[in-house]
Amino acid sequence: MTDILIAAIFTDNLALSFFLGICTFLAVSQRLSTALGLGLSVIVVQSISVPVNALIHRYLLAPGALGWAGLPEVDLSFLRIIVFIGVIAAMVQLLELVLDRFVPALHRALGVFLPLITVNCAILGGSLFMVERRYDLGESIAWGVGSGAGWALAIAAFAAIRERLRYSDMPQGLQGLGSAFIVTGLMSLGFSGFGGLAR
Amino acid sequence: MMRLPRHLTDPLLRANPVTLRILGICSALAVTTSLVTALTMCAALIFVLCAASGLISAIRRHIPQSIRLILQITIIATLVILIDEVLRAYAFEISQRLSIFVGLIVTNCIVLGRAESFAMHHPVWPSVLDGLGNALGYSLVLVIVATIRELLGAGTLLGISILPIVAKGGWFVPLGLMQLAPSAFFIIGLLIWAIRAARPEQAEHPDHSLISLDAKATP
Repeated sequence: MTDILIAAIFTDNLALSFFLGICTFLAVSQRLSTALGLGLSVIVVQSISVPVNALIHRYLLAPGALGWAGLPEVDLSFLRIIVFIGVIAAMVQLLELVLDRFVPALHRALGVFLPLITVNCAILGGSLFMVERRYDLGESIAWGVGSGAGWALAIAAFAAIRERLRYSDMPQGLQGLGSAFIVTGLMSLGFSGFGGLAR
Repeated sequence: MMRLPRHLTDPLLRANPVTLRILGICSALAVTTSLVTALTMCAALIFVLCAASGLISAIRRHIPQSIRLILQITIIATLVILIDEVLRAYAFEISQRLSIFVGLIVTNCIVLGRAESFAMHHPVWPSVLDGLGNALGYSLVLVIVATIRELLGAGTLLGISILPIVAKGGWFVPLGLMQLAPSAFFIIGLLIWAIRAARPEQAEHPDHSLISLDAKATP
């Protein structure tokens, strides 16, 4: 389980080695403070939604999962994409309500980002990878926390680099998006140096 | 009627959804290690984007404003499940290599973006054309990146040997980096640089410049 956690943060980093959530990654990394806010929201949503989806997949959707309801031949696994999206949207909504009620300061800080997260492919990708790799509940908790933390780490580091880059003098066509991609590539190269850390 | 072809041709280069608006690259890069997977992904996206734009445009007058996002996501997810099942039935090996990325078309920003910004306000036929144009713009970038990565990373195209590699008695030493994630970022970065160098109006203006000669800097 520690292996999965470490691998999820460093070697299997969702943003840098699977290109997940890159749209948001590039769009919301102009400032370090906003990037940290978004990273934090991703950790929270990912740590909740992956285990919940793991349970739903195990007891409702997997082939033969409905055995407890007397329907062992039913295979609902084709529904998983739409169910996972629904669960994620519901989780985000729920989290918003809970935060608003109990931690209003955090809600104000994360407010803008929470709805954005529903369509962040890192979140859906995390759940789909969990199914594809057949993680059990414990492993999926480790994967959820780790992959969220890895994504947050990547966007925070990237935003810090971009804050410095703003003052650099580069060719006009490379300004902005072009340089952002090259920097992400270099970071991805750096993170692949962690290979061999887990397993 | 004069404007119809523009919906189709604009998103190819002038307003390419990937290089100009950084939409939909999440899934775009992961499947570009080989041309076969990239082409399959393009076909899947073309189908989903055209069908989703057409369907949403057809029922746009009946969609209540407050639940339109849920409705759009449901339609898109249904189409994605459809194409996922078809791939699994008729091209199992490729669908295994595409892994979870066909499923991730649901969260591809291009699909929802076109539905929300175009299909909701236009008739069916222009919406389908707009969807097709954007899907082709996405495919163009995908095919370029995949061609470079497969050719330089393995010396093949569509599995056919183009540059004979050393391991098989040829002269070409494959670049291992091309098979790894970072190369996709580099290629897209350079591609954006090339497009913006050719079309300076797309370039972003720096937030800070040493000498501010640029009086008409865009906000």
